[in-house]
Amino acid sequence: MPDAAGCWGPEPGADAGVKAAWDALAGVMDPEIPVLSIVDLGIVRAVSADAEGRLSVALTPTYSGCPATGVIVLEAETALARARLDARVSVVIAPPWTTDWISDTGREKLAEVGIVPPPHSGKRALTAPDEGIACPRCGSEDTRQISRFGSTACKALHACNACLEPFDVFKCH
Amino acid sequence: MSTDLKEALFAFTLRLGDTSLVLGHRLSEWCGHAPELEEDIALTNVALDLVGHARMLLTYAGELEGKGRDEDRLAYRRDVFDYRNHLLVEQPNRDFGHTIVRQFLHDAWAVELYGRLCASTDETLAGIAAKAVKEVRYHVRHSGDWLVRLGDGTEISHAKVADALGRLWPYTGEMFERDEAEQALVAAGILPDPAELKAAWTARVEAVLGEATLDRPADGWMQKGGRRGEHSEHLGYLLAEMQFLPRAYPDANW
Repeated sequence: MPDAAGCWGPEPGADAGVKAAWDALAGVMDPEIPVLSIVDLGIVRAVSADAEGRLSVALTPTYSGCPATGVIVLEAETALARARLDARVSVVIAPPWTTDWISDTGREKLAEVGIVPPPHSGKRALTAPDEGIACPRCGSEDTRQISRFGSTACKALHACNACLEPFDVFKCH
Repeated sequence: MSTDLKEALFAFTLRLGDTSLVLGHRLSEWCGHAPELEEDIALTNVALDLVGHARMLLTYAGELEGKGRDEDRLAYRRDVFDYRNHLLVEQPNRDFGHTIVRQFLHDAWAVELYGRLCASTDETLAGIAAKAVKEVRYHVRHSGDWLVRLGDGTEISHAKVADALGRLWPYTGEMFERDEAEQALVAAGILPDPAELKAAWTARVEAVLGEATLDRPADGWMQKGGRRGEHSEHLGYLLAEMQFLPRAYPDANW
């Protein structure tokens, strides 16, 4: 889970290389939702340094079939290399990614571009009805789901019955 | 892990990986052809998840085998007789109703299987299952909703899914087959008990069929063989398309 301030980042007292790596990764944007950094998305699982100062970065995919995973790994490696960091990026699948790991800043950024951020899983389970989702444009809660599968694996398509605008909803996962 | 158990786990993981890959490829054939845009996107989204599961499973199968075969080697360099997928998933798409029935019968199995595999004593398999189960829950909800809509829909839609159910039912027995090697995996807590899995699947399927006003076909003769490499003629055509590029240009790279 993100820390109390809803952010991901180095542990207090982490070494300079680890901090620099987190900074570099915070500049890597998700290729399909470019307002979110991969740190905001919660897919940077761990950054550690060994005795020689060599860094290891663990990323986790959002969906198993997400075609962006390969691009994200490549961009993370590029960003780390640009920051002149000696780092190895690996992909881990356990524990599985959940939308609860999207940081509070990430949720705010999603809302700003008109994508309804995912509810916390405790509040609305994946299989529960998609009710009471407010339109990001006019605020009306009179909305409906058009399709459970939207423009990317992580989003569903909804529409507002009041202002008639369609909008994306980040699925609770 | 003993060598016997490891071999059995390789065989099981390969079967599950092949089943995901073949069904993923079948669904991808709908790309650009589904009855409406939203459904086109939905079917291909599900296809991507299934291919994603296949990648994890085939990678793990290659590690268990220990002969240096990676996911691509396993997916692209094996012929029909070396594939171990269920016969159900290689059946052609036919119409949309047929695709939905095939998908639902599989999804209902996958969601129950992965849910149980999360508690597997094999850590890697449990990790893959924990990832996959979140996605297949979504898939089964989608295919189940469609089945209800088509079954309890018009006379034509009902007739089409009822016909598909009759055609596909004989392929469902294979999902619960366990050979001797797999029984050892069950005993070791790596795989769930097949009888209990079947009971859970049956309950799930009967509930949705009831809502869809469809009769559950009787369990008659069940088709078998896919898990041993004996396939219907349909798989060869699928592999010919899927494997064309790596076979024509071996070791091609992006």
